[in-house]
Amino acid sequence: MNTSDRDMFKHTILVVLLSSVFLFLTMLLGISVGSTTRNWREILDVLGSLTRGNSLASTIIWKIRFPRVTLAALVGSTLSLGGLTFQALLRNPLAEPYILGISGGAAVGAITGILLGLSNFPGVSLLSFIGSMLTLFIVILISSGKNSREDSLLLAGVMVNAFCSSIIIFLVSLTLDARLHSIMFWLMGDLSLSSPEKVFMLLLFLLPCFVTIYSLARPLNLIVMGRETAENLGVNTRLVYLVLVVLVSLMVSAVVCQSGLVGFVGLVIPHLLRLIIGADHRLLIPASIFGGAGYMVLCDVLARVLPSQGEMPVGVITAMIGAPLFIFLLKSSKS
Amino acid sequence: MNEVIQVEDIEVFYGKEQHIIRGLSFEVQRGEFFIIIGPNGSGKTTLLKALAGVLRIKKGKISILGKPLALYSRRELARILAVVPQEPLADCPFTVFEIVLMGRTPHLGILEFEKDVDFEAAVDAMQFTGVYHLKDRKLSELSSGEKQRVAIARALCQQPSIVLLDEPTSALDLSHQLNVMDLMESLKKERKLTVVMVSHDLNLAAMYADRLLLIKEGQSVSTGNPEVVLTFEKLEQTYNCVLLVDEHPAGKVPRVTLVPKKFIR
Repeated sequence: MNTSDRDMFKHTILVVLLSSVFLFLTMLLGISVGSTTRNWREILDVLGSLTRGNSLASTIIWKIRFPRVTLAALVGSTLSLGGLTFQALLRNPLAEPYILGISGGAAVGAITGILLGLSNFPGVSLLSFIGSMLTLFIVILISSGKNSREDSLLLAGVMVNAFCSSIIIFLVSLTLDARLHSIMFWLMGDLSLSSPEKVFMLLLFLLPCFVTIYSLARPLNLIVMGRETAENLGVNTRLVYLVLVVLVSLMVSAVVCQSGLVGFVGLVIPHLLRLIIGADHRLLIPASIFGGAGYMVLCDVLARVLPSQGEMPVGVITAMIGAPLFIFLLKSSKS
Repeated sequence: MNEVIQVEDIEVFYGKEQHIIRGLSFEVQRGEFFIIIGPNGSGKTTLLKALAGVLRIKKGKISILGKPLALYSRRELARILAVVPQEPLADCPFTVFEIVLMGRTPHLGILEFEKDVDFEAAVDAMQFTGVYHLKDRKLSELSSGEKQRVAIARALCQQPSIVLLDEPTSALDLSHQLNVMDLMESLKKERKLTVVMVSHDLNLAAMYADRLLLIKEGQSVSTGNPEVVLTFEKLEQTYNCVLLVDEHPAGKVPRVTLVPKKFIR
């Protein structure tokens, strides 16, 4: 798409329209697929009438499937937007909340909070946020030393992530506390354990975050050009960095508490979108929100449909798609 | 008020004692082509960064258009002062047009889309610097001379009254050097801009500057028009090498010629 024309506004509308249609269709698919398969007519009936009658179909769709699909969408949009933001801030196309260890730090914080018997909000959420900020700080500290190499950011992230995973396994297997979920939930993600109320709270929390990040799209474009250039063009880069790092860490830790660790979404979606719509964050941010959401809903559908019995953690699907792409990107960025 | 930039007794140092700039004072007049020269490591680039407000000064005062630099917000400053850094354009996935249009940032609100005025400013800047025909190209497809002109176009698109440049000719061949310097002179004459440039090419500086500032180890050696600054004594003292100073055969400016050891008997 050629953006060097006079219609940035039209392009924005077009991108939002197309990506939200994609999200809508995937959500429809997500709602109609499940262990008790319903036919399309029945599902459309329930969705169309919007009645919350007592029929079995209505209960399954509105009480179980709809919250789950919405959670998948929120997780996907947050992770993909987080990846996009970190890739711009750190000027590294491989940066991503999971790979940088931020998700892992959030999970360790959340588990600690649960074990201490804190309430969900603010106790567990706050510790989870502190965990994510702390890991981010450590990773940046390790990688910004004097004799740091180009890929030391990623190495530091991978190591911190491995360390966090081992702490998770350690804590969970040590206590066998029923409140803690399973090791599998924390390491590979699980979208089935949330409640409609929590999903609704998450939505309320995330929406203003999305809007704030979108309002910083232009400064992000300039930061991609270099921090000093951005300063010279009138951007208060210190403030922009601070706001975005705090905001993304908050969002990611809120999501991790509801879904566990789901990796590579923030790598796949921004990369794909950059190939299609170019480098302008005014388009990439809305596209990542809707595109990441739709992608996650699709991955969740696969995780529910592929096993002949039960379901598999959604993180398995995203890692099977994302890890090979990561290797490919690493390889092509070196040559 | 004719002083566009006023620098009073500024100091910049890294760590505890390592001074980069000490006790430097000068002023730049409105509509002047002002060139800062000096040996490597004399603090030229540091001085330019201090003027751009990117680097904090530890002592002294810098005023831009009569107002202390420290009182400007970044956005406010970017509306009157544009910077073309030494390596102006890192490889990035944007087109020339998009890059030049970024110069409008300090004039636009957070969620505002570019209006006709902004597109006109960008087109005008690209035409003035001769890069309009490249507008849909990616940066990686350009030569270093073209990249330099794109960076200048972006600065021009900011519609500033002052432009700071850090050695814009250092990576260019002879004709492109003249091309960029002529462009800066036309900015000064046709657009009434004040141009402040760092250069290590003494002859280009002599041919184009209205006034020069010669610095060594962060201190001012001399300031004034080229005839005053570019003398044998001052240059020998600053650069510690043998050189000849005579008059340019085609114009009334000093000319500096290097003299290697093997020519001296």
